[in-house]
Amino acid sequence: MHHKSITIALAGNPNSGKTTLFNNITGTRQKVGNWPGVTVEKKEGIVSKHGYDLKIVDLPGTYSLTPFSVEEIIARDYVLEECPDVLIDIIDASNLERSLYLATQLREIDCKVIFALNMADVARTRGLKIDAEKLSELLDLPVVFTIGNKNEGIDTLLQKAIELAESKSEISQKRRVKYSKDIESSIAKLQRSIEKKIAGILPYNTRWTAIKLLEDDRIVKERVVQKAGDNGQDIIQEIQELRKKLIDRFDEEPEIVMTDERYGFIAGIIKEVLTTSTKNRIDISRNIDLVLTHRFIGFPIFIFFIWAMFQLTFSLGAYPMEWIDIGVGGISALFESFLPDSLLKDLLINGIIAGVGSVIIFLPNILILFFCIALFEDTGYMSRAAFLMDKIMHLIGLHGKSFIPMLMGFGCSVPAVIATRTLESEKDRILTILITPFMSCSAKLPVYIILVGTFFSAKAGTVLFTIYIFGIIAAFVSGRLFRSTLLKGADAPFVMELPPYRAPMLKSLLIHMWDRGKMFLKKMGGIILIGSVVIWALSAFPRNIQYSVDYAAEIAGVNALYETKIKASAKASAKASDRSGMQSIQEERDAAIKKIKLAQDAEKMEKSFMGSIGKKLAPLFAPLGIDWRGGVALVTGFVAKEIVVSTMGILYAVEEEEADALQKAIISSGMTPLSALSMMIFVLLYLPCFATIAAIKRETGSFKWMFFSIAYTTSFAWVVAFSVYQGGKLIGFN
Amino acid sequence: MLLSEMKKGQTGTIVHVGGNGALRRRILEMGLINGAEIYLEKYAPLKDPLELIVKGYHVSLRVEEAAQITVNSVVNSVKEDLT
Repeated sequence: MHHKSITIALAGNPNSGKTTLFNNITGTRQKVGNWPGVTVEKKEGIVSKHGYDLKIVDLPGTYSLTPFSVEEIIARDYVLEECPDVLIDIIDASNLERSLYLATQLREIDCKVIFALNMADVARTRGLKIDAEKLSELLDLPVVFTIGNKNEGIDTLLQKAIELAESKSEISQKRRVKYSKDIESSIAKLQRSIEKKIAGILPYNTRWTAIKLLEDDRIVKERVVQKAGDNGQDIIQEIQELRKKLIDRFDEEPEIVMTDERYGFIAGIIKEVLTTSTKNRIDISRNIDLVLTHRFIGFPIFIFFIWAMFQLTFSLGAYPMEWIDIGVGGISALFESFLPDSLLKDLLINGIIAGVGSVIIFLPNILILFFCIALFEDTGYMSRAAFLMDKIMHLIGLHGKSFIPMLMGFGCSVPAVIATRTLESEKDRILTILITPFMSCSAKLPVYIILVGTFFSAKAGTVLFTIYIFGIIAAFVSGRLFRSTLLKGADAPFVMELPPYRAPMLKSLLIHMWDRGKMFLKKMGGIILIGSVVIWALSAFPRNIQYSVDYAAEIAGVNALYETKIKASAKASAKASDRSGMQSIQEERDAAIKKIKLAQDAEKMEKSFMGSIGKKLAPLFAPLGIDWRGGVALVTGFVAKEIVVSTMGILYAVEEEEADALQKAIISSGMTPLSALSMMIFVLLYLPCFATIAAIKRETGSFKWMFFSIAYTTSFAWVVAFSVYQGGKLIGFN
Repeated sequence: MLLSEMKKGQTGTIVHVGGNGALRRRILEMGLINGAEIYLEKYAPLKDPLELIVKGYHVSLRVEEAAQITVNSVVNSVKEDLT
């Protein structure tokens, strides 16, 4: 039997437990995507309940439907244009008054609304008693108590939602906010003009449209003018006149008066439905906060949490990373032994498996990091972090919340760039995206480790720390620069709720972690795969290289030479029945051949397209004290920073089995501590990897910012590395 | 007096929200409206932002934003109230 399908949208304030409720309804059957045209996450899930297929859409959490942020515009547009069958407004029962503000706005749109009074248990322990029947009567809509994290009341909620969707009754026009007389008459007037001039074309409720026009809502105004055609100017003029009259009357803009009046309406409801008996409760959350945002120990605790997060990410992550490494090695060895030598085999092993393998290895890191971040978010600590850090972030004109993406940048820039979605202001978002790549990501670490280990082993920790700090300074300097030039404008207001601390739910943490991990994996499937193939092709072609030495002949020569040696030894050992002499000769021969092959690989790389790009760029790198091999390695770092190390390995023709071979090769190539420092700084600052660039494009929605980021980071890196190298030489370092 | 001049642990009543544009509207929409009673929970360790309790929930504002809000009947309050 085919089930009837119903669309249910979930709306509500941030921290109302909306996501928990959504997760509990849909379980793992959810689809995470983006809302069209913007980068806010869209979550959907389909479940079968009570004989219906329910499509559940999780709208972004918002405090109001005033189009300040993308989230609010999305939520509003969805309700207006997609017209879900039922809208569930999830209300934090312990925070009724403020939650009702959004509710009054939802009520103004033509839509069937049902209230879920969530976290009913929290409200009860806080001594809040809500008369649901009265509330239902006053607003003329169904009200259900739910406890999202205990899965209570959800079945009833869905059942009521279905009933409401199926009921034929008209949406109640009464029980809405009634504004004061002058405003109401202006609304009515405007409503009549709208009906007269653009009737039938406008898809929205005319009362709502009139209210929004009086509130000077930019988006609604644009749409109305567009639809009205020739009458557009008339309507604009009428709005202006009405607004002017109201401003004269109230000595205040109408939207301010209306906000006030909505709260007045809410206050009336609160008086009737809410009874409080708060005298004897102990507020655990406030006590926790006394410690966590304490004047003196708040910051040390914060730093400890961050330290613990990174410790967990990198030390715990090291184990699965090793398994993945072994796994990838195994797969590659398997193909190596099974497939005949061919271009395809080369592509598969050295292009695809090596490329994807070098990135998938970061999956454990990313999962752990996101688990920790989800933990911070779900417990409510994240907003405390923003509260602590805001003063510092504000120095570069950013919101305290920007700290989080920047912090994540130490792990991986890709999720960090994506995490900027939590920022409300677009300027903040772009600014944060532009400076986040300066936070030294974990993929850059292998490069530092090789260079620091080679040249600064005595002071490894200090040098490494300095590099990281330097990245932070670069981010701040750039931030200030952008704020005062490209991204001028008022800072986003810091009106941020500090929700009570809550015990996190493992299920929701895992879902969070997995959603973001999936994003990372998807990126690998697409971009990284293509990138790896391109880089492989650049280093594998052209095929017909004119080698400076006839390697094949050399190998044949070595073979021939050892052939006679082996024969001689065979004769000798036949008598003594001693095979060890023979073995050592064979080993010697193999080593000689390997050396020739490595030299051939190095020359092949040098003469490949990649090598010629690197060599062409060599004059650019020379003033930084980086030779052409370093240059080629840096170019390949475009795919992923850790590839810098493996490219250096190939170019310096080192055998993988020898751990310190690369270090020796680097020293003998003439690199000095100063040029190593210059190279590390360049790696720290230069263009972000391919995947990050793709994320920047997606999150800023424009190629302009993407190219700007590439150009800015790279030229900044060059200038700084140049100053370090040349300056260092001047004052006598080398 | 201005909200930004209030001390930790004081309560007051909002009499005027100044400023303009989006910020002002946002402040109002979060329930910081004329007549609302507020409790100054604390200042951040770096003295900015500050944390308020209004309408039963906690919200933080920057000091410069709080300086747009005028309050009166400011008194020292017992901590257990007003949550």
